[in-house]
Amino acid sequence: MPADIALHRVSAGKSGRGAVGDFLFHHLTFLFALFVLLILGGVIVALIEGAIPALRAFGGAFLYTDIWNPVTEKFGALAPIYGTLVTSTIAMVIGIPVAFGVAMFITEICPIWLKRPLATMIELLAAIPSIIYGIWGMFVFAPFVQQYIEPAIIDSLGQIPGIGALFAGPPLGIGVLTAGFILAIMVLPFISSIMRDVFETVPAMLKESAYGLGATRTEVVLRIVLPYTRIGVVGGIMLGLGRALGETMAVTFVIGNAHRIGASILQPGTTISASLANEFTEAVGDLYLSSLVALGLILFVITFVVLAAAKLLLLRLQKQAGG
Amino acid sequence: MENYLRRRIINGLVMTLCMAATGFGLLWLVLVLWTLLWNGVAAISPVLFVQMTPPPGSTGGLLNAIFGSVVMTSIATAIGTPTGILAGTFLAEYSRGSRFGEAVRFINDILLSAPSIIVGLFVYELMVVRMGHFSAWAGAVALAIIVIPVVVRTTEDMLNLVPNALREAAAALGSPRWKVIMLVCYRAAMQGIVTGVMLAVARIAGETAPLLFTALNNQFWSTNLNGPMANLPVVIFQFAMSPYADWQTLAWAGALLITIAVLFLNIGARALASWSTFKQ
Repeated sequence: MPADIALHRVSAGKSGRGAVGDFLFHHLTFLFALFVLLILGGVIVALIEGAIPALRAFGGAFLYTDIWNPVTEKFGALAPIYGTLVTSTIAMVIGIPVAFGVAMFITEICPIWLKRPLATMIELLAAIPSIIYGIWGMFVFAPFVQQYIEPAIIDSLGQIPGIGALFAGPPLGIGVLTAGFILAIMVLPFISSIMRDVFETVPAMLKESAYGLGATRTEVVLRIVLPYTRIGVVGGIMLGLGRALGETMAVTFVIGNAHRIGASILQPGTTISASLANEFTEAVGDLYLSSLVALGLILFVITFVVLAAAKLLLLRLQKQAGG
Repeated sequence: MENYLRRRIINGLVMTLCMAATGFGLLWLVLVLWTLLWNGVAAISPVLFVQMTPPPGSTGGLLNAIFGSVVMTSIATAIGTPTGILAGTFLAEYSRGSRFGEAVRFINDILLSAPSIIVGLFVYELMVVRMGHFSAWAGAVALAIIVIPVVVRTTEDMLNLVPNALREAAAALGSPRWKVIMLVCYRAAMQGIVTGVMLAVARIAGETAPLLFTALNNQFWSTNLNGPMANLPVVIFQFAMSPYADWQTLAWAGALLITIAVLFLNIGARALASWSTFKQ
């Protein structure tokens, strides 16, 4: 930014009160920027400090045992980790295609006057607090799933040998599938709004050339837009995944909070964040508390990696778009 | 020709699916809001705003919870807004191209999407453990940590939209840089920054997870910031999970109140942003 440098010289060249004010203001803003880094550093230090007793007691086994017994004080994180990954996977399987459809509809198909209102309405889905999804999921959606969706799934998919085990058991309404489904609705606006943004970066010339050669809209999106924005789309998906992994309240209401690993996604389970929300304030004993903090640390590491990857991908796209 | 027909059919199919996906997304918005209105409006009465949260089996309102939510949200905004604006100013005005600025920007974006329950855990370790008890201060700090990244991001984005010519004009008149920023850039970017703060407030108004381990809950009226304080999200959580019908009704009423506030802030912020001074 040449203008910026020039401006800096103008100010730096001055003497007296202005220079003192500049020095103070510059360093004040610097301190607050540093503070943002300190927050992240503080989170890491606090979580590690809190998790040390549990990690010392159980070692690496904490990651791959699935016992969760507050009475005998034996804890392992496998069940919540498994639940977190499975619910997020379900959310992605449902959420990605729908988000793609929404983004494609808004950028390529719908009339211009409808774009803004539609985009705003989809984004309002993200504005609704997660506890609202939770209470709605528990009182409205879970009974509906129990009565209509799960019996149908059990009768159809549940009868197929092999994958039938995934859909076995009585219809409870509350369980891993319901949680995953609500997560899908919650991450949908995040993924689709990023997809929309990156779709808009495709030069009109490219699309017009394809149309000129006789391509249909579907072909333009799948062969021109999607390859051009591949990195950004993946970045958006990762960002949505990061949200899904850490989502707490909506999941806590509908997952059933059972520390178990079952093959069937119709059965109750738990996730890291749901375990924390449910048990933390009632946990007695240092080892129990510390194990919960260790769960939090694991969640933080997983989401950090996913979000950092998302950010790097989106940055790469930005550089590419900027030339 | 047959090939062309096939492509047309595939195209039509995909278009229909996209429309269906959009309808599917909107369906949930309508369904959630409809259920909220259906259950919430019936539960709303003047009693909500004058009585405290009741023990199970008796009538009551949400006054202490509403008060607690307003207090903690206000303190969080009061801490988070200046912090976020100053950090955002550094990113936009002083750090272009610098390594440190890149790092702060990167970390800020991660904090923006980091799970809020982790923030709750952090403040629990930082304040609750040290102070020995849950407190409204801890709740407000947890919420402030969620406000900061949102404000940093919007402040930086909005300052970046301010044309350099404005800065140069002010500098040419002999004003030092801090005056340029304070008197010219902030004024030009004001609308956008206010939008960002409104969105941040909307976000923390419904946050539950970070309050669970910090402010906890309080059945009674309390103005003591050093002790546990009731707040709407945690009350909704507790009451909705309970087996008592009158508690569940209150949970719906609280849910409706929060949603109205959040949607109002969101739509207001969008309206403000749409007639912003500088468009991209």
